[in-house]
Amino acid sequence: MEGLNELAFVLGGVNHWITVFLIMAGLYIIVSRSNMIKKLVGLSIFQTSVYLLYVSPGKIIGGTAPIISTDFAVYSNPLPHVLILTAIVVGVATLALGLALVVRINEAYGSIEEDEVYGDGDWN
Amino acid sequence: MEFLINLVLLLFLSAVTIAIIGVRNLFAVVVLGGAYSFLMATLLIAMDAVDVGMTEAAVGAGVSTVLLLSALHLTKTDEAPGRHSNVLPMALSVLTGLALVYGTWDLPRYGDADTPMNTYVGAEYLERSIDETTVPNVVTSVLASYRGYDTLGETAVIFTAGIGVLMLLKGRRRRKDEDGEDEGRS
Repeated sequence: MEGLNELAFVLGGVNHWITVFLIMAGLYIIVSRSNMIKKLVGLSIFQTSVYLLYVSPGKIIGGTAPIISTDFAVYSNPLPHVLILTAIVVGVATLALGLALVVRINEAYGSIEEDEVYGDGDWN
Repeated sequence: MEFLINLVLLLFLSAVTIAIIGVRNLFAVVVLGGAYSFLMATLLIAMDAVDVGMTEAAVGAGVSTVLLLSALHLTKTDEAPGRHSNVLPMALSVLTGLALVYGTWDLPRYGDADTPMNTYVGAEYLERSIDETTVPNVVTSVLASYRGYDTLGETAVIFTAGIGVLMLLKGRRRRKDEDGEDEGRS
């Protein structure tokens, strides 16, 4: 039982660390890639990593989904679920707006690469 | 068992993310993005967030992928090779990552029931939902009743985004028609 607890401690941390890795990956894509659609995909990865950050502390081991029934006594925390439901839908709305801007930029400049839109990148 | 399923799904998620960073073909990036969203939805269901999991599968893997594919149809499907060095972005993200990992040291471990978050407000909602709203699904009762104004605000955001997209793309169609006429004349 002691060993199981230690294992639970390490695995419990893994959840947070992979969330951090996803945030890092999203940030890296946004900063390093000049292609705007790739940037938006990076932004989505960043957003979805926040879902993990919110939902995983609300999970209770041995609990079930928060739908009240006489058969169960332990439920996971419903509040983060509600907040993330809102976040998902708003995330898609911002993605759609971003993609519409990319389509317009492509039309005006003939390119979706940030380097080409800004010129030769001499300022770098 | 719950830990194991969780761990495997998280590792899959990381692998897909690494693939997304590496791939240069945008079509492949979008398809990998769909796989990423489905893995995220499965993970959310494994973490008892069934409503969130279903929404992510429908909206994240479905609508987002369709939107990205239609944007690709209107633009280009290949990413130009990078011109700048990746050292600075890498340093920035690693630095941010280290700061965040330092922050996780104080966070409660995964699956812990005795955290302030799970004993205070979450437990309160679970206790009072049936008496006050008679809705057995607590996520629904919090979304539509206790935090109804949040949902109203969300709807306002979507409405604004919808208007924005319409205005951006409406101008596009008109300009295209004018271009067509110009080409016809010359």
